[in-house]
Amino acid sequence: MVHTSLDVVDEKISAMGKALVDQRELYLGLLYPTEDYKVYGYVTNSKVKFVMVVDSSNTALRDNEIRSMFRKLHNSYTDVMCNPFYNPGDRIQSRAFDSMVTSMMVQVC
Amino acid sequence: MEATAGGGCGSGPPLLLSEGEQQCYSELFARCAGAAGGGPGSGPPEAARAAPGAATAAAGPVADLFRASQLPAETLHQITELCGAKRVGYFGPTQFYVALKLIAAAQSGLPVRIESIKCELPLPRFMMLKTDAEIRFGNPAELHGTKVQIPYLITEKSTFKRMDDEEKQQETQSPAMSPLASPPSSPPHYQRVPLSHGYSKLRSSTEQMHPAPYEARQSLVQPEGPSSGGPGPKPPRHQASLIRSFSVERELQDHSNYPDEPWRITEEQREYYVNQFRSLQPDPSSFISGSVAKNFFTKSKLSIPELSYIWELSDADCDGALTLPEFCAAFHLIVARKNGYPLPEGLPPTLQPEYLQAAFPKPKWECTLFDSYSESMPANQQPRDLNRMELSVKDMADFPAPTQDVTGDDKQALTSATDEALPKDISEDSATPKDPNSLKARPRSRSYSSTSIEEAMKRGEDPPTPPPRPQKTHSRASSLDLNKVFQPSVPASKSGLLPPPPALPPRPCPSQSEPASEAELHSQLNRATSQAAESSPTKKDIPYSQPPSKPIRRKFRPENQATESQEPSNTVGGPASVATVKPHPAVQKQSSKQKKAIQTAIRKNKEANAVLARLNSELQQQLKEVHQERIALENQLEQLRPVTVL
Repeated sequence: MVHTSLDVVDEKISAMGKALVDQRELYLGLLYPTEDYKVYGYVTNSKVKFVMVVDSSNTALRDNEIRSMFRKLHNSYTDVMCNPFYNPGDRIQSRAFDSMVTSMMVQVC
Repeated sequence: MEATAGGGCGSGPPLLLSEGEQQCYSELFARCAGAAGGGPGSGPPEAARAAPGAATAAAGPVADLFRASQLPAETLHQITELCGAKRVGYFGPTQFYVALKLIAAAQSGLPVRIESIKCELPLPRFMMLKTDAEIRFGNPAELHGTKVQIPYLITEKSTFKRMDDEEKQQETQSPAMSPLASPPSSPPHYQRVPLSHGYSKLRSSTEQMHPAPYEARQSLVQPEGPSSGGPGPKPPRHQASLIRSFSVERELQDHSNYPDEPWRITEEQREYYVNQFRSLQPDPSSFISGSVAKNFFTKSKLSIPELSYIWELSDADCDGALTLPEFCAAFHLIVARKNGYPLPEGLPPTLQPEYLQAAFPKPKWECTLFDSYSESMPANQQPRDLNRMELSVKDMADFPAPTQDVTGDDKQALTSATDEALPKDISEDSATPKDPNSLKARPRSRSYSSTSIEEAMKRGEDPPTPPPRPQKTHSRASSLDLNKVFQPSVPASKSGLLPPPPALPPRPCPSQSEPASEAELHSQLNRATSQAAESSPTKKDIPYSQPPSKPIRRKFRPENQATESQEPSNTVGGPASVATVKPHPAVQKQSSKQKKAIQTAIRKNKEANAVLARLNSELQQQLKEVHQERIALENQLEQLRPVTVL
């Protein structure tokens, strides 16, 4: 499921065109609204992709909320990146990051 | 006790507590509320209030207590939510009692539900390591005994802390107030309690002996000295201990200008950190970049996740670089971790950058002070420091939230305490107990920092390094060779080392060249040209081998130093005690005594050779790895490049 989402993300990225690198829309919107869940994508400028999968039964989620969640996610991610001991690609073990993510999810639920 | 049902309602309508339970719970609650100082400011008599109506227990001690119950984290979360603390945002008596009841339920194996509190349950059990109360509660029969202990410890901390803040006379006046009226002291003192508790557990089980809790604690405190300022007992109950604590605290205060806080950086430590900072980054007011700091901290041999976590804690502004206060905080955390203290969940208030900046505005000034202090810091401080360090660290580990809660107050109080303490310390001549923490930290962190200390000291950054430091280092150097090799060469090294650094490229770590040069020298040991060769290969090696070698260089610095000291001293014509092979032939004509000395030196040189050879191979290994990494990165770059076209 997540892999198909990644494919969709890649497709959207590649579909953006050639020279639109600067203010490209980072938020990719609803990717795949079927199968009882919704997938939202978000790509950072460094090609790091955030994929959020939401249960479709949660209809209270608005687009803006998703955007803000992605924004917070992005900020926390950059904070994690600041850590020189963090190797990109490793599992993120930052407690601050985890707590932020958890609080976000709790908010939604 | 629990058999008797229906004791008065603790504080919540649905909660039926037996008498024993109520007693225990109120005691615990009072302790938590008092310890945290976050209570409604009820003051000393809080202990007298069995069920404070409006009291709230601060999250810190409560969290501590809960953790001491040794229940899994999820269970504790559940309990917290169930008891309503989350809803109301604080641990009022109702919530606290419900939580305790749920803990008891969980410990009995019952599911954590609201219904559980309706049952009659045994008292919740808390591990001794955490707090006195916990021990107590595990053993209701000894409640009274432990009661004394807990307040004793708690007040110890608070009073001790207050020692720093005020004159001793004031202490006498304010001991009663200390536990509660000084929020800043409460976190540390609270921390102390578990720490001292844990520590005492480690050191002696007397602490946990209920029969004579008071005496035990007293004796515990006294040997610990630094760990607990002294029992500032809960005023209503512990006047005697209060007095005693005062005497202990007084003693302690004479010795240290800070309460025994594991997270407080003492002047000596501070000076050391500043020196290290300078070695990495000559300008004290700018940053250390992430990669530089990473290399440096990697030398501490802590695991990467731990280092990552420490970084996360200390880099407050998340900018990927460490300012001086951030660096000190990170270094302090590393030192603490190496000494066995668990890492806190949040940056302690005494390690916050603002606090550190305020507390230590003038590193230069401190340096002079510290030098004098460090000299007077004998090894006898180490055990006490250990105690305090252990205790405070343990406290810290269990007490992350409260510290942060009271950060504001704490910082101010601590700052004032620091400022006051510093001048006071200056006036006081007892440098020995002055710095239990740093002392403790220093000996404990020998394996890592000792070499750095030596390096920093010997490297000419601080030529007038107090002699005791190297001595202490030697006594605990991780490498025995270092001791053997280093000590005779200490006098030689001091003179011999100073010349080489200036000759090296102006890198923050002048010693870096030496390891590289050491490797080179290894092949041409004891050659007069070695020194010249040092410079050139050093310069060559520095550019690319510096990053990977830095950690190794520093690590092996003492070894290098030892070797180097021998070599430069030989080449420089240093002390005659260290003779090189060169003069060896000439020695034959000399007395047999000199021959023996030379042979000893030769032996040592051979050992150094072996070490250098090992170092060389390791450096080569690192070099290869770095090359491979570079290749991999370049490949990745190539792969990414087409993608960025989008």
